[in-house]
Amino acid sequence: MMIFTLARRELRSLFLSPLAWAILAIVQFIMAYLFLSQLQEFILIQPKLATIENAPGVTELVIAPLYGSAAFIMMLVTPLLTMRLISEERRNQSLALLLSAPVSMSEIIIGKYLGMLGFAVIMIFMMSLMPLSLFFAGTLDGGLLITIVLGITLLLAAFISLGLYMSSLTAQPTIAAMSTFGMLLMLWIIDWAGGKADAAASGLLEYLSILRHFEAFSIGVFNSSDVMYYLLFIAFFLILSIRRLDGDRLQR
Amino acid sequence: MENKKLLSVKHLSRFYGHLAAVNNISFHLNKGEVLGFLGPNGAGKSSTMQVITGNLAPTSGQVNICGFDLLDAAKEAKANIGYLPEQPPLYREFTVNEYLLFCTQLNRVEKSQQQAAIDRAKQRCGLTEVGTRLINNLSKGYQQRVGIAQAIIHSPEIVILDEPTVGLDPIQIKEIRALIRELAQDHGVILSTHILPEVQMTCDRVQIINHGQLVYSDDIDHLHQRMRSNSIILGLNNAPIESELQSLDNIDDVEVLSETRFRLSHHADHNPAENIAEVAADKKWGLYELRPEQKTLEQVFVELTSGEVIADEADAEELNGATAA
Repeated sequence: MMIFTLARRELRSLFLSPLAWAILAIVQFIMAYLFLSQLQEFILIQPKLATIENAPGVTELVIAPLYGSAAFIMMLVTPLLTMRLISEERRNQSLALLLSAPVSMSEIIIGKYLGMLGFAVIMIFMMSLMPLSLFFAGTLDGGLLITIVLGITLLLAAFISLGLYMSSLTAQPTIAAMSTFGMLLMLWIIDWAGGKADAAASGLLEYLSILRHFEAFSIGVFNSSDVMYYLLFIAFFLILSIRRLDGDRLQR
Repeated sequence: MENKKLLSVKHLSRFYGHLAAVNNISFHLNKGEVLGFLGPNGAGKSSTMQVITGNLAPTSGQVNICGFDLLDAAKEAKANIGYLPEQPPLYREFTVNEYLLFCTQLNRVEKSQQQAAIDRAKQRCGLTEVGTRLINNLSKGYQQRVGIAQAIIHSPEIVILDEPTVGLDPIQIKEIRALIRELAQDHGVILSTHILPEVQMTCDRVQIINHGQLVYSDDIDHLHQRMRSNSIILGLNNAPIESELQSLDNIDDVEVLSETRFRLSHHADHNPAENIAEVAADKKWGLYELRPEQKTLEQVFVELTSGEVIADEADAEELNGATAA
């Protein structure tokens, strides 16, 4: 399968650069710090919780906020990961290798996307080891944990598709990173304006907000419309990237 | 040698806005042939190559590769092409072996044949020793060779090399030229360059492109004929006076280059060299140099690209017709 050949190459290149390792290490370190401080707080209030009926458990009080912070960190980290996807190939002029090989534009884009997604899955798996370790200490709400992990995976997959498109627009990785970050932040805060505007407009802005759709997952609600939002988001930017790369051939 | 058309390009044009990078070019490539693509910088060589290899869409025209149209059956067409762009398309963080393995996969080489293909390409390009080294740490010459290895790894019918000897040392250049000749035995090769001797040494056929248009297309033999000029350089230690030289048979004009060297122009049909040698020996002029002068390829090139020799175009076309038939 050509797509997987390309994806494997992308992932390998990532791990051959120090950037991927540095990002993995730093994200892991920050997540561990957040995890431990959340856990500390939980242990402090645990006696009080014991007196309350139907009190929230460790999953709600430790794990959900942890992934909430993770989503924010991912927004900062994704631009650094995706910035080089196409812009660097363009700058090194190595894109010609792919363009003159018997592969289609869609295969190139989807291959690159899946390669980066593979990295995202690894990153999520690494940080999920910490909540999973709580299984040794007590019981967790497994369903909630799965929903949250699914949610953050979809969120990150959407981030990457946007980053890929931004990278296809330029030959400068830093510009790709900056514009990806700008777009992500915009999508993150777009619903803040909602309250003041009229109802219809604020509904639209809320729907566009990339974070709103994640919030449902983080309280354990699996809503198919949220899943559709992310899938549409990803498909939209992948198609744009394919068209952009095709446009390279047409005019320059 | 089988005279099979591997590549045919018809009325190809490529515009950047109003600027015509490639303007109505038609040519073809036969099996077992090295086609030299010659032109000054910015003439449209690279653009033509990019169009043929699918890196650039043509504004108009047709490219047919081994019977497949480049636009309608892009994958089949591209499978028959190996391309080395001006800048070798390398992933510098890979080792040579890893990179070539990726190239075999990319070009859909059967899994069982991959290792053999890699070994053969490495051996042909002299990369056997550096297989486990990082491409980034290789010298420019070796990186160029990796680029060539990449282009031939799937044994494509057509190998397209865009200025393959740029930045190499003389020994490497010689090796690469030998490799190109070797490749021509079972592939068709298109070689783009602005180095004229390279064309003289490696190509069977030459095309000169200038301002996006094909200004010359002919066999290398014909180019050599064209380079012949009607003058002789004569060196005499005891030179006689100029008028005595002038009075020799079939001499039109004498130009004094120094006290002992002269340029003699003669009629196109009569070569006076033999006569001059005899006379010089008789009169003890001390003959030390006698050679027919050749126009350098550079001169021919400048003539063609500066558009001075338009009169000969009909002539060239006639020859074209002859070679095509």
